[in-house]
Amino acid sequence: MTRDELKKIGEAEQERIRKYRHQVHVCMASGCHALRSDKVRTGLQAEAKKQGREGEVLVKRVGCLGLCSRGPLVLEDQSRIHTGVAPEEAGTLLRSLGEPEAAGGEPLPLDHPFFKGQRKIVMEHSGAIDPERIEEYIAVGGYEQMLAAIIDMAPEAVIDQVTRSGLRGRGGAGYPTGLKWSTVAKAGGGDKYVICNADEGDPGAFMDRSVMESTPHQLIEGMIIAGYAVGANHGVIYVRAEYPLAIARLEKAIGQAEKMGLLGRNIGATRFSFDLQLRYGAGAFVTGEETALIASVEGRRGTPRSRPPYPAERGLWGRPTLINNVETLANVVPILKNGGDWYAGIGAEKSRGTKVFALVGRVNNVGLIEVPLGITLREIIEGPGGGIPGGRKFKAVQTGGPSGGCIPEASLDLPVDYESLVQAGSIMGSGGMIVMDETSCMVDVAKYFMQFCMSESCGKCIPCRVGTVQMHHLLEKMTTGSATGRDLEMLEELCDLARHASLCGLGQSAPNPVLSTLRYFRDEYLAHIDEKRCPAGVCTMGAGG
Amino acid sequence: MSKPKVATVWLDGCSGCHMSFLDMDERLLALADRMELVYSPLVDAKEYPPAVDIALVEGAVGNEEQARFVRLMRERTRTFVSLGDCAVTSNILAYRNPFPVAAIIERVFAETAEAPVQPGPEVPALLPEARPVHEVIPVDFFVPGCPPSADLIHHVLDELLAGRQPAIKNRFG
Amino acid sequence: MATERRVKTLIIDGRDVAGREDQTILEAAREHGIWIPTLCHLEGLTNVGACRLCLVEVKGMGKLLSACTTTIWEGMEVTTHSERLHRYRRSIIELFLAERNHICAVCVANRRCQLQALALELGVDHVRYPYLYPRFGIDATHDLFVLDHNRCILCTRCIRACSEIEGANTLGMMRRGIHNRVITDLNQPWGESPTCTSCGKCVNVCPVGAISQKGLSVIEGRKEHKFLPYLTMMRGARP
Ligand SMILES: Cc1cc2nc3c(=O)[nH]c(=O)nc-3n(C[C@H](O)[C@H](O)[C@H](O)COP(=O)(O)O)c2cc1C
Ligand code: SF4
Ligand code: SF4
Ligand code: SF4
Ligand code: FES
Repeated sequence: MTRDELKKIGEAEQERIRKYRHQVHVCMASGCHALRSDKVRTGLQAEAKKQGREGEVLVKRVGCLGLCSRGPLVLEDQSRIHTGVAPEEAGTLLRSLGEPEAAGGEPLPLDHPFFKGQRKIVMEHSGAIDPERIEEYIAVGGYEQMLAAIIDMAPEAVIDQVTRSGLRGRGGAGYPTGLKWSTVAKAGGGDKYVICNADEGDPGAFMDRSVMESTPHQLIEGMIIAGYAVGANHGVIYVRAEYPLAIARLEKAIGQAEKMGLLGRNIGATRFSFDLQLRYGAGAFVTGEETALIASVEGRRGTPRSRPPYPAERGLWGRPTLINNVETLANVVPILKNGGDWYAGIGAEKSRGTKVFALVGRVNNVGLIEVPLGITLREIIEGPGGGIPGGRKFKAVQTGGPSGGCIPEASLDLPVDYESLVQAGSIMGSGGMIVMDETSCMVDVAKYFMQFCMSESCGKCIPCRVGTVQMHHLLEKMTTGSATGRDLEMLEELCDLARHASLCGLGQSAPNPVLSTLRYFRDEYLAHIDEKRCPAGVCTMGAGG
Repeated sequence: MSKPKVATVWLDGCSGCHMSFLDMDERLLALADRMELVYSPLVDAKEYPPAVDIALVEGAVGNEEQARFVRLMRERTRTFVSLGDCAVTSNILAYRNPFPVAAIIERVFAETAEAPVQPGPEVPALLPEARPVHEVIPVDFFVPGCPPSADLIHHVLDELLAGRQPAIKNRFG
Repeated sequence: MATERRVKTLIIDGRDVAGREDQTILEAAREHGIWIPTLCHLEGLTNVGACRLCLVEVKGMGKLLSACTTTIWEGMEVTTHSERLHRYRRSIIELFLAERNHICAVCVANRRCQLQALALELGVDHVRYPYLYPRFGIDATHDLFVLDHNRCILCTRCIRACSEIEGANTLGMMRRGIHNRVITDLNQPWGESPTCTSCGKCVNVCPVGAISQKGLSVIEGRKEHKFLPYLTMMRGARP
């Protein structure tokens, strides 16, 4: 595949789409899919046929439109979104296309606050193109950056753009991506690997899933570029088996790219070859940790090992390995397209660019949002989030999942960047954001996450394996009214132990939800312990005696 | 000045620690001059005295009566010593802990008994698990060992009677 | 023949020491008579860093590092003993003792057990965490050996010896977290294992009373470790 051939495919596709007067985009990512958006799509197609408008109306399968809690979603001509569309409404919806009065589902204008506060880079084409057709991706400029990179650019120049962009890993720790790439690039010759971490195990997180379901080619293109930059010829996407739709679309996308010669041997008639394999995770949170993931890919038990050595030095099959998160890799194409400096101009001082968040909990608009980093928590909750429902009072926002923490109302004006969140006792994490109101008990929340870490601990090292069980036991005592002040001391001591003595990030960060709630809501713990009272009325005190 | 009041107590244990205590042999005579044994399986006292200086407790806390009793002891005792593995770790008493109490009663009093009986109300009810003493009340000193040697017990008493902190270093088991 | 290896100099507990560039902190420390507690480490087996007892402080590193898995580097400054490390080590011993049913008085490994010995060495005279009293079984189906899960500390020394030294790969681990359990083959009774060669290496490397020779009673278990470094030396390779 040469660049000219690629261009032709793109132009032919644009031509095809331009013929239609109306474009109706039906979200077919997991959220809407679960609400039977496939029925809506077939309904719309049948109706277009019935109304004899097949040549005029394009009914298209697209990826995530963001407002996942109000599906099935249908986007009409880039002008308004119909939410909660029922298959029976297909006829009226089609008849109202372009009319001032929209019909079918509950229509929302695109300047609705949910969409307005967002800035889409990773998700730019999400909801705009059919994830299962490579031609549509090519029509929006897909694979151009990859060919440009491997034909015109030296690997160092590619890394330089990524470094300049200031992109940091979106998998949790926020390690500078350019630095990681250059470390792998510098590692000794021979076989190297690129691994995409698509294990997404945080409860309630679905950012990566959405990227894979909506724009799989953007991820694949990013991986090929990464492979070229670091000198790796093999790529692996490690995706959890619980994501069947993402897997199906990735498989299809890989097949399409291979068929077009965009993946495989001598890409773009250069000497660069890159192959891509899918590997499935079997549902453990810990296999998202990079060394455990590598063990799992190698067919061993998915448990972490101590680092150093880091995967950049000794990774898959003992070879230098670049391991990046889905969203990290999905940022690569836009960065090359617009330049590292452009990307660095977006976001905050040390946290450049945008971040996708799964905004859930007590907010009016639950869904997937992409916002520039540096935005405040308040702007997110009151903007795209649409505030707290039922006139209730905001209490805390949890970021970073089981490795993160709870941030109280007093810190709502905190800018969302890697360092500020850590200072506030939480972490950016992979992008889970749970909003809680006064009906949530912070001790109970801490217990929930401890329960999660306890059951997801791989059991290799003792501070995590038994420490989480003991901490959970103490929290259980608190939430049932049988704890003493001594138990609180023990809890804090165990937090310190697990944090500093555990082998991997799971155990090291397992205390975070406890520590952050202790920091901001110590009163609530004391009420449970000293007065045997749960201020939020969640815990049934006395039940555990 | 009156001599320090000492108690030794036998909970869920085999009395081995008390045997070891007696193994102090002639040293017991010297100790007797320095202390008053106010409560013990070895002396005839029905009530735990209101003010005890040093208590040595053998055995785990296995039933409700024992739990009540150690709480009372704690209130009335200045220095509380867990003597031996059963008190410190609950030791062999813990063998029953993974099993439900009802299953144990059934096994011991019915299945394996020549004449099956059910323990009556005069027998204190078993706790769900036999627990180390310090899980029930705060303990000041721990003397591991099954049993701790007479030398070690002597050292502990000798030091405590002299108003010093005993240096206890002994393995479990 | 082993290739020429360079020497690195470092400081351990204020002492200048030298070690080969491929040595771990633990090896360098031991060579210089500096004691660091260990449980999952055994000379002759690969290191896994599971027990975390050998954690040390390294100047300039934000995290504690396990001495058994960390290779030395030039100019490294290591602290193997501090109030904090001591506290963590004691807590770890307590967590081990509370995890399963350790009843030393009636254990085959009594007085020869490394966990018991470390408890003594580190001054653990009682366990502050509630004992978990799990219900684990005993596999006594093998003709010669017994596996008592109640005493297992999940150090994986047996698994590594079985795989790395004997090459039988009979032993393995199943489940996760607190439910981890050593298994033989695909979780069959040991006595039915088609792969076990009855070599007894697992018996000798088990640091506690979990794997023992049949027919031995309390205190009778004996361990022989020296064959491991010998075997690795004879193979002409360092583990
Ligand atoms: C317990 C645990 C779970 C993790 N899960 C994930 C995950 O699901 N997805 C992910 O991308 N990174 C996960 N990570 C982080 C990875 O180890 C690794 O840092 C990341 O994939 C690196 O990619 P990045 O630099 O692009 O962020 C996890 C880490 C830990 C300790
Ligand atoms: S910290 Fe937890 S998950 Fe990580 S290696 Fe240890 S036991 Fe396994
Ligand atoms: S394995 Fe060791 S610590 Fe456990 S009971 Fe036996 S001797 Fe005691
Ligand atoms: S059986 Fe022994 S050697 Fe094997 S994991 Fe358990 S404690 Fe370690
Ligand atoms: S000896 Fe190093 S972690 Fe166990």
